[in-house]
Amino acid sequence: MNDSLTRPDLDEIREWLGDVPDPEVPAVSVTDLGIVRDVRWDDDELVVAITPTYSGCPATSVIALDIEMALRAKGLDKLRIERRLSPPWTTDWITQEGRQRLQAYGIAPPAENADKPSPFDRFLRKPLTIACPRCGSENTARISEFGSTPCKAQYQCRACLEPFDYFKCI
Amino acid sequence: MAGQDALFEYLLRLGDNALILGHRLSEWCGHSPALEEDLALSNVALDLIGQTQLWLNLAGEVEGKGRNADKLAYLRDARDFRNVLLVEQPNGDFAVTMARQFYFDAWHYLLLRDLSGSKDGRIAEIAAKALKEVTYHLERSQEWVLRLGDGTEESHRRMQEAIDDLWVYTGELFEADAVDAAIIREGLGPDPASLRDLWLGLVRATAEEATLSLPQPGWVQKGGKQGLHSEHLGYILADLQFLQRAYPNATW
Repeated sequence: MNDSLTRPDLDEIREWLGDVPDPEVPAVSVTDLGIVRDVRWDDDELVVAITPTYSGCPATSVIALDIEMALRAKGLDKLRIERRLSPPWTTDWITQEGRQRLQAYGIAPPAENADKPSPFDRFLRKPLTIACPRCGSENTARISEFGSTPCKAQYQCRACLEPFDYFKCI
Repeated sequence: MAGQDALFEYLLRLGDNALILGHRLSEWCGHSPALEEDLALSNVALDLIGQTQLWLNLAGEVEGKGRNADKLAYLRDARDFRNVLLVEQPNGDFAVTMARQFYFDAWHYLLLRDLSGSKDGRIAEIAAKALKEVTYHLERSQEWVLRLGDGTEESHRRMQEAIDDLWVYTGELFEADAVDAAIIREGLGPDPASLRDLWLGLVRATAEEATLSLPQPGWVQKGGKQGLHSEHLGYILADLQFLQRAYPNATW
């Protein structure tokens, strides 16, 4: 596979990665979440750089394995998964499609343009307005700072009473 | 102290603080006062264990003797651990756990903020990653100190006791030794003493709002950074290391 005529185009590979679901939030793909940071050829070896969402996220190694299996299934057998820490992952890297898919799945996407003041300026922090992914009401309340995974918090809608996950902004 | 030796020691301190506090928090799993708190404490523990892996793997790399995070976590004895005494203190009641967390988070936040500008790019990138997580931890533990301090008579009494009892372990966070001196000299990390005023400012403002009073600065309980621990660490390691000690090289 060292002939550039036979090796697949990087855009095509990115498209394939767009079909690899996140193991914990399968409604979105690893590219939707912005976890895939780079795809490149190193001579005849394909290198995919991924970044963890949280440093203790147990899904990171599963994601690496899923990516490897998906690409092997496409006939790529010389590949390497690279772990990249810097710059640290931010929810700003979630794509617009990813945000819509989260919403449709019942998870409120991270607040956009939320100011992130230091905890040393706690009086500057404004409570976030999070819309219910089910009925759209903004009359919601946080019931727990963490949800089923480190990246989510638990909210409840006061209008339709639906409890839901909120994808935290980091 | 020579550069590489000091760096190894320093990375052990960062990793061991996260490891031991992460372990302490994980002891709450299944025992928390409410389901939401069970989730939260376990998730904070998970963040800290993740950070432990990053720091201790780097420590092993710097040491160059083939030890990785697992080997360093599971196969050292208490005397070789470099965490501060604060993080090994028992969980006590929920007020003690949150007071310990608040003291630690406020310091951890300031330390990581400075470390994210370290001259060593490997330290800087781990610190920048961890800082995002610790920012959330600090917001949470601060809220609990406020809620319990300015809560019922009973919650206030318990939080005040926790704040008082743990105070003696906070002085160690700001004391420098030969390892710190080498780290400061090479521009790898801050002088611990330089974090004190900001830390005290936040802790004092939070205590005031929570209607709590802070003890006077006084005698400082220390030694953890140099490997002199309270008896609690031995019990933690007995639990943490049991599997690797009983079944050497067992893998998941």
